[in-house]
Formats: sequence, structure tokens, C-alpha cells
Amino acid sequence: MTTTTSPEATISADEKLPIIRITRDFAATPAQLMRAHLDPDLFARWVGPDGMDTKIDVWDVRDGGSWRYVAGRDDNEVGFRGCFHRIGEDTIVQTFTWEGMPDEVSLETLRFEDLGDGRTRVHSQSLVDSFESRDAWLRSGMETGVDQGYAKLDRLLADGAVA
Amino acid sequence: MADQLSRVFAALADPTRRDLVARLTVADATVNELAEPYEVSVQAISKHLKVLEDAGLVTKARKAQTRPVHLEAEVFDLMTAWIERYRRQAEQRYQRLDAVLAELEESESNRPGTAIPTTKGQAS
Repeated sequence: MTTTTSPEATISADEKLPIIRITRDFAATPAQLMRAHLDPDLFARWVGPDGMDTKIDVWDVRDGGSWRYVAGRDDNEVGFRGCFHRIGEDTIVQTFTWEGMPDEVSLETLRFEDLGDGRTRVHSQSLVDSFESRDAWLRSGMETGVDQGYAKLDRLLADGAVA
Repeated sequence: MADQLSRVFAALADPTRRDLVARLTVADATVNELAEPYEVSVQAISKHLKVLEDAGLVTKARKAQTRPVHLEAEVFDLMTAWIERYRRQAEQRYQRLDAVLAELEESESNRPGTAIPTTKGQAS
């Protein structure tokens, strides 16, 4: 397991399965996090990336319902789509595809763990069909790095500022 | 390059190998020096080093008799850079989510725990 730990989001890439796991704590209840993920207006406000507008195209919140949104600015738009496979009380299981790589499907499992005192730990797991696909996802930031934030990060990485 | 990244991930999956890499970030070291703090045999450490070597993470000097092990920082940085970038993207997204949740908190402060997922049909 390769793990980068900081006070921020924690990421790990499983060595035996093509899985990426991200964990992060929030000052909110599991129910609020479910809302922020399932209410299209709320979701569009945070999914990003930074500096991009997210337009919800399809948003059918039910087991088996599909979703699609477009992120972009001016003519530079990228589409994402998938299916809400299962919406539980504190879990969301869905598929995720970037339309630039339509054959690559990620199975996303989100679990909202109640930590008490109005805090929640989000466990996010992305399963793809091969290690090559996973590595492509990890690299995808470079290929779809269309906003200035990524360029700034590129410079930081190049400068060795990121350990 | 994707294969190399997979090998790097696999090589770093083991806590002993992660520890070896961490120590090699400080300075080159011989196999015997590296094996010293562990309760396992030098051979076991050699096997771990072979995995790291196959992943391109470390090399052994050809000339010196002791053949010190050297960390190939470039490969390590590449892997770290990819995964760190991915993590940062998630963190940026989650910082925006923090802001949205903070607003929810204010608007719902009088009815805690009643938030039920809003469901909408097709929103276009």
C-alpha cells in the first residue's frame, strides 16, 4: 500500500487490486454529505475543477438512474457520465466515466462514516478493470489538466516543493 | 511507463521496503548496513532490494566492492508526483465541498440531523 498522509485528504493505491482509495474528514453529518453528493445544485458547486463551471445535464437520483455533467469554460468542455447504481442510507455506489475515454469505467463506492460530534469521514474507493487503467486515472490530471491550478501544481512539482 | 508505475506501487506495498527506501533517501548504504536494524536475514533484505531494483527504484553501484545501494530519486519522484497530484485534485474538490457544507450547516442549524437527500429527476 502506497500512502500519502497529511491533515488533508489521504490517498492509497492498493497493490493487489486496481483500486484508489481516498479518505477525508468533514465537519458535517453523514446526511449533509449525502445531500452534497446527491443534490445537483449543491454537487455542481463543488465538484470542480477550480475555475471550471459544472453544468448538470442528467441527474436521476435513484437506484439505476443515470447522471451526466459537463465541466468547462468557453469551448473547452469535458463530459462525465455514469449511473447511480445504489443509493443507501450512508453509501453511494455509482459508475464514473470520462467521455474522453468512454471505454474506461470506474466503480465508485462512497461511504460516510459518522465520527460523532457532527463530523464524518468519507471513504471513497475507485475500482477500475486493470492496473494500466488505474495508472491512466492517476495520470489523467496531466492529460486533462486544463485549468491554471494544475499548471501551478506542475511548477510546484517541478520545483520539488512537493515532497 | 504505466507498467513501471505499477511495479513501483507493488514494490512500495511492503512496509520493510518502504522503510528501506526511507533510509536510502538519507544516504547510499550497503546491503549489510541496510540489513542491520532488522531481525530478518541479510538474504531477506537482498530479496526486498531486488524487488526495489526491478521497479527501478534503486540501483547498486557496479564499481565499488561493497556495491552500495542508491535510491533513484527520479523514479520515486515520478510516482510520488502522480499520486500526489491526484490527491491534491481530490483535496481541492473537498475544500470546495467544505464550503458548501458550511453553508448547509448554517441553514439547517435549527433542525439538526433532518437532512434527507434531495432527489430530483432530470435536471437539464
